[in-house]
Amino acid sequence: MLEGIQLACVRGERTLFSQLSFIVREGEPLLVQGANGAGKTSLLRMLCGLTLPAAGEVHWDGTPIGELGDAFRQDLLYLGHHNAIQESLTARENIKASAALSGVALEDAEASEALRHIGLRGREDLPTRFLSQGQKRRVALARLMWNKALLWVLDEPFVALDTAALGLLAGTIAGHLARGGLAVITSHQEVAIAGMPAQILDLSS
Amino acid sequence: MRRIGNIAVFGAVVRRDLTLALRQKSEVLTTLFFFAIVASLFPLGIGPESALLHRIAPGILWVGALLAAMLSLQRMFATDFADGSLEQMALSPVPLGVLVAGKIFAHWLLAGLPLVLMAPVLGLQFDLDGRSLAILAASLLLGTPILSLIGAIGAALTLGVRGGGVLLSLLTLPLYIPTLIFGAGAVEADAVGLSASGHLALLAALLSLAVFFAPWATTAALRIGLE
Repeated sequence: MLEGIQLACVRGERTLFSQLSFIVREGEPLLVQGANGAGKTSLLRMLCGLTLPAAGEVHWDGTPIGELGDAFRQDLLYLGHHNAIQESLTARENIKASAALSGVALEDAEASEALRHIGLRGREDLPTRFLSQGQKRRVALARLMWNKALLWVLDEPFVALDTAALGLLAGTIAGHLARGGLAVITSHQEVAIAGMPAQILDLSS
Repeated sequence: MRRIGNIAVFGAVVRRDLTLALRQKSEVLTTLFFFAIVASLFPLGIGPESALLHRIAPGILWVGALLAAMLSLQRMFATDFADGSLEQMALSPVPLGVLVAGKIFAHWLLAGLPLVLMAPVLGLQFDLDGRSLAILAASLLLGTPILSLIGAIGAALTLGVRGGGVLLSLLTLPLYIPTLIFGAGAVEADAVGLSASGHLALLAALLSLAVFFAPWATTAALRIGLE
C-alpha cells in the first residue's frame, strides 16, 4: 500500500499542489492527470523519493519511504520521461546493463525474450541510436517484462508508441495489477486498462 | 534471472562504462593525446638543456597528467544524467555508492592507468634515468586514482550546471594540490639523494582517505543534483 499524506509541491515561488492525500492499493491503478506543468512528474518523483516533498510524507506499507531506503527501492520500478538507454549500446546490452544496475543478472536468452515480447525481434543487436523514437521507448519498456517489482511508477508510458504497442503495454500493466501489483501512471491519453477500476487524481482541480 | 551481489554489480558497471568508452574511442584518445602533446611541448620550447629539463620533468609530467585527467571528468556523470540512467541508479536497490565506485574505477582505467603507462615513455624526452622513471610511474599509480576520486565529487556537484566545465576546474584543481606536491616531490626527492618512500607513503595515505570519503561525498552530491 502506497500512501501520500498531505503532500505539497513548491517550484520556485509557485505552489503546484498542496494538501494532496491518496492511497494506492493492490490491483487498483492511480491515474494522475492534469495540464502541462500541473506537477505530475514532480508528484511521481516524490513518490519514488527522488525529490523531497515541500510538506507531507509518502508511506510504503505504513512506513515513511525515507526510513525504508533500499528496502523500498527493492519494490520500486520507475520509468521516467527519459528512456535511460545508451545510444551506442545495442538493445540487448542496454536491458542487460539496466538489469545489472538494479542488481539483477539477465541471461542473453532472457534479454531476448523480453525484447521479443515488446516487439523488437531482430533488433536485439542493433545500436539503439539506429532505432526510431517509438522503438527506443520499447527498449525502455522492456524492463517491465522481467521486473518483479511490486510498485510501478510510470511517467507518460504511452508516449511515442503505436497502437499495437499501446495495447501490449496496457495488457502488461493489467497483468501486473491482476497479480496484486500497484501502479501509479500519468498520461494525457485516455487508455483503458482492461477491467480495472482506476482511481483518478486530477492535479488541475 | 537471478539477484547478484554488490561486487558483481560493481563489475557490471565497470564493464558497461568500458564498453561505452570503446564505442566512442575518440573521447578516451583525446585525453591521452593531450597528455602526450603537453609533455612534449616543454622540451621543444625550452631547448636541449638537459640539466634544466631534468629538474622540471617531474613537475611538468605531473601537471600534464593532472590536466589530462581533468579533461575527461565532466563526462563521468553527464551522459548518464542526460539520458535518465542516473535516476535509475539512484532508484536502484543496490547502494548508489557501489555504482558510483564502479564508475570512478572505470574512469581511472580509462583516464588514469594509461597516463601511468605513458609517463615513463614521455619521461625519456626529459633525460630521466630508469630509477626516476620507475618512481614517477609509482607516484602516478598512487596519485591518479586520487584524481579520479576527487574529480568525481566535483563532477557530481556541477551536474547539470551551465558552464559546469569551468566551475569543475575551479572546484577540483585546488583539491589536487596536495597530490601534485607529493607526487612530483617523490621524483625530486630521489633525484637529490633523499628517499622517495616518505612521499609515496603520504600519497598512499591520501589515496586511502579519498577511497573512503569520495564515493560517499559523490553519492550525496548526486542525490542533491537529481532533486
